[in-house]
Amino acid sequence: MNQTKPNPPTFQDLILRLQTFWADRGCVLQQPYDVEVGAGTMAPETFLRVLGPQPYKVAYVQPSRRPADGRYGENPNRLFKHLQLQVILKPPPENVQELYLESLGAMGIDLRQHDIKFEEDNWESPTLGAWGIGWQVMLDGLEITQFTYFQQCGGVDLDPISAELTYGLERIAAFLQDVDSIYDIVWARDPETGRVTTYGDVRLADELQFSVYNFEAADVERTWKHFELCEAECKGLLEKYAALEKGQNPRPVSPKNGETRTGHPDKKRFPLLGAYDLCLKCSHLFNILDARGAISVTERVGVIARVRALAVGIAKAWVDQQREAPTESEDEEPAGRKEKAKKEVAPAVS
Amino acid sequence: MPDFLLEIGCEEIPARMIDDALQQLGMRVGELLAREGLGLPASVRGFSTPRRLSLMASVSPGQPDVEEQVLGPSVKVAYKDGEPAPPAHAFAKKVGLSLAEVKKVTTPKGEYLAATVKKKGRTAREILADFLPKEINGISWPKNMYWRKPSERFVRPVRWLVAMLDGEVVPLEFDGIAAGKTSRGHRVIGQSQVEIPQASAYIEVLRTAKVLDAQERLIQIRKALDEATRAIPGARWREDKSLLDTVVNLTEYPSVILGNFDREFLELPAEVLVTVMRDHQKYFAVEDASGKLLPYFLAVLNTDGDPQGIIRHGHERVLRARFTDARFFWQTDQKHPLRERGEWLKHVTFQKDLGSYYEKTLRVQRLCSWLSESVRQNGMAIRPGVIHKAAYLAKTDLTTDLVKEFTELQGIVGGLYARVQQLDEDLPESTRFAIADAIYDQYKPESMEDSVPRTVEGAMLAIGDKADSIAGMFALGIIPSGSRDPFALRRQANGIVKTIAEKKLPLLLTEVLFAAREAYRGSEAEKKFSAKVDFNGAVQDFFRERLEFYLRDVLGFKYDVVNAVLAAGADDVVDAAARAEAVSKVRPSADFESISVAFKRIKNILRQASETGKQVGAGIDGNTLGESAEKDLAAMIPVTAKAVEELRQKHDYEPALVEISKLRPAVDTFFDKVMVMVEDERVRANRLALLATLLKEFSTIADFSEIVTEGK
Repeated sequence: MNQTKPNPPTFQDLILRLQTFWADRGCVLQQPYDVEVGAGTMAPETFLRVLGPQPYKVAYVQPSRRPADGRYGENPNRLFKHLQLQVILKPPPENVQELYLESLGAMGIDLRQHDIKFEEDNWESPTLGAWGIGWQVMLDGLEITQFTYFQQCGGVDLDPISAELTYGLERIAAFLQDVDSIYDIVWARDPETGRVTTYGDVRLADELQFSVYNFEAADVERTWKHFELCEAECKGLLEKYAALEKGQNPRPVSPKNGETRTGHPDKKRFPLLGAYDLCLKCSHLFNILDARGAISVTERVGVIARVRALAVGIAKAWVDQQREAPTESEDEEPAGRKEKAKKEVAPAVS
Repeated sequence: MPDFLLEIGCEEIPARMIDDALQQLGMRVGELLAREGLGLPASVRGFSTPRRLSLMASVSPGQPDVEEQVLGPSVKVAYKDGEPAPPAHAFAKKVGLSLAEVKKVTTPKGEYLAATVKKKGRTAREILADFLPKEINGISWPKNMYWRKPSERFVRPVRWLVAMLDGEVVPLEFDGIAAGKTSRGHRVIGQSQVEIPQASAYIEVLRTAKVLDAQERLIQIRKALDEATRAIPGARWREDKSLLDTVVNLTEYPSVILGNFDREFLELPAEVLVTVMRDHQKYFAVEDASGKLLPYFLAVLNTDGDPQGIIRHGHERVLRARFTDARFFWQTDQKHPLRERGEWLKHVTFQKDLGSYYEKTLRVQRLCSWLSESVRQNGMAIRPGVIHKAAYLAKTDLTTDLVKEFTELQGIVGGLYARVQQLDEDLPESTRFAIADAIYDQYKPESMEDSVPRTVEGAMLAIGDKADSIAGMFALGIIPSGSRDPFALRRQANGIVKTIAEKKLPLLLTEVLFAAREAYRGSEAEKKFSAKVDFNGAVQDFFRERLEFYLRDVLGFKYDVVNAVLAAGADDVVDAAARAEAVSKVRPSADFESISVAFKRIKNILRQASETGKQVGAGIDGNTLGESAEKDLAAMIPVTAKAVEELRQKHDYEPALVEISKLRPAVDTFFDKVMVMVEDERVRANRLALLATLLKEFSTIADFSEIVTEGK
């Protein structure tokens, strides 16, 4: 029963409407990242793009896996894997809140008929060395979006900062369609036959089987091995990158021949993106081990610190790599800007 | 006088920070007005919503011009042989006067040249434009951010500024934003831009833009809550001051809706329902006259109404999902009763260096045995079989889904589960309930306003749990200092003091903490302990401060009484409170006051003696006593001391103090007639011994020299 929403959007309509809205406002529409992540923030389109001085606007859907949140498909409000729509605005425009409210209109929400509040909620991810200040946006008592001004990422102070909007798509769809269970959300409606496919049709098997896998079946010993292999490979890459940094020629090349940088020719092609994938895998494997109850007290803090060390190492190396191997547009920037960018590498005060 | 208006327009400020920030801003600007001679701090009025901090004040148009006397060089230097020398000309030039206009003044240092100069006052507009950015920047926030330059910080991005004197803009700039006359209305139901024609019209203009001040919102919310509740006969909304403060600061234009939920959810414990409504949804609970929950709730909206019931429908939907979750967790938790969860605590960290909650559980069990034994030996009854079991189960609710979801219900959920689950074969129901109550109360008191555990067993567990945390942290070197107290150890220590005091427990603070430290003996955690910490000393100082706080700020004893009492012992809470009570009662009497003065004098004399190396006799030598005044006093000491000691043993402190104050005539006469610091070394040492004995014998209840006496 909801008089105002006679034709609520299907789940896929909702995604399309939001994507269209943000594409119209200059965002690159990215596709979901193809490595398991716990949140849209962890996708490189956020984690790496918010670092450094380059402006960027992007929107993408990110399936987010949280093994410990699985409920075997039995709980109407909880999921092992949910979908986030993530928007990054770097730097945030002055009217970022107003833009966000407009996006609610695009979904079919008439604000004049609802109660909207921005309530304090600051976000922090110890594993990513990242945190920000912001709100949870409440619509008629329902948290529909996490709105964050990023302050630090991978232990690096951000300049400029980014605004991150994370829409909880299942919640919003259940709200718009006025259903009490996520699994009853209409995902798609065939325009010819009118046949409905629900969220349950699409995803229930995932929820059940991955709950069984994460809580019962995952082999602890082998999962640990995976973790350690990924960690070792990631660390190995970071060490090689550090060696490049040390090995580089610190003497500025004479400005006479037109070069002003002390760059190392191999840095630009160094696979830090590969290292970051390995870090994401570690984070996900840790989550499986945690859901499996396989992480003891003494280990837990230590393992989080290990993943964090990878993330922080990559963030710092990434900032360095961006500076060393700039894109065309950065080439044209005045030298002062580059000097400033260098300072970002300094460890952040907490 | 012109009306001044300042409005800082901001993205939503966290509700918890608004009141304090507005007060800080008001103080700062008030001081600015006073400092610059523009107005009175009392004239500053505040106005706030989540999106703005505003101030209004009556200010002078500007500073008056003032005449100031400027001092120049001394006449000796300025004139040579009666003729003006270069320094005189230089001074005249500096102040812009002719030499004839320069005066000579006489100062304590001699004769100097002087001139009266006029200083032009600055306008309010200039001063405010200059100084306000600094005052705005001076607000200290619990947490702030940057959005442009890392050096410019505020609680949330500032989006507009209004600064006006009557109808004119005060040209100030803050974080790149220039002040103007344009404010903003309510996000949804008001105009996005509103022009303020006159500073004095601010409140009325905002009202038309659907923005009300906090005070008005509070009144409107209370009224609306009352009205909505009237729809249900015999019902009332549950009063909740902190929730009211929160919703006032989450709205610019509030209204209230009454929603309901399925009656079957009332089967869940009221604690769970209220936590979901109050803490998670910021709803007011509705109850009947006996305080029993009814299946309704009240939500405060930030809009002017809900004519079609759409918003109510949304809130009801969210609450239903939350309650369904809670019921789901409650049911799944029962699959593994608490007694199975003890071992699970091995996987839950208490503190990284202090190990798991399992280890904590075993320590608290040992400590609680010691506490019960100690209390029992002092004649207090403890029900058998309760504490040991309660301590074992106390933390098991940390592994339940319900507590993982509603962390603020830790302890309470354990208590509720213990009531409905079988804890052990053949456990009588009364014992089970006693265990459940102790678990339920283990975190009490959570503040000085909160009540202490209901039962002695609950008190033991609550004290044991807190003492274990404090002892562990102190041993690691994590000791609260200044505003740094990340584990809220002060609050926990205050809880121990309050519990001992109100339950009248025969426990000594330091012994409890030393026993808690003992419980770590031989553990893994002990290897991490800091070698640099003087554990006993640190614990003693810390708890003395906590007891001082309790006696002074919670029980309301005067600070000097508290100092006097604690100087005579700060370990036994119940006893210290009784002594403070007795001292406070006798304190107004003239005899007692006089004794206090005398004791101060005695202390001074003994200190001087010790500083100048004068010998104090080992005891009073009767044969050396000469004057009758000293003989009389010496004779009185043992008699009075005996009487006082007998009363003290029985904790009859008031009569004991009255007994001490009877020494007054003898003491007064002694000081009138007898000179202590005489030349004769033997006599002097004996008289000092007399005073030392007096001080020692009669400072066991309180150190009277700490009592502040009027005008003496």
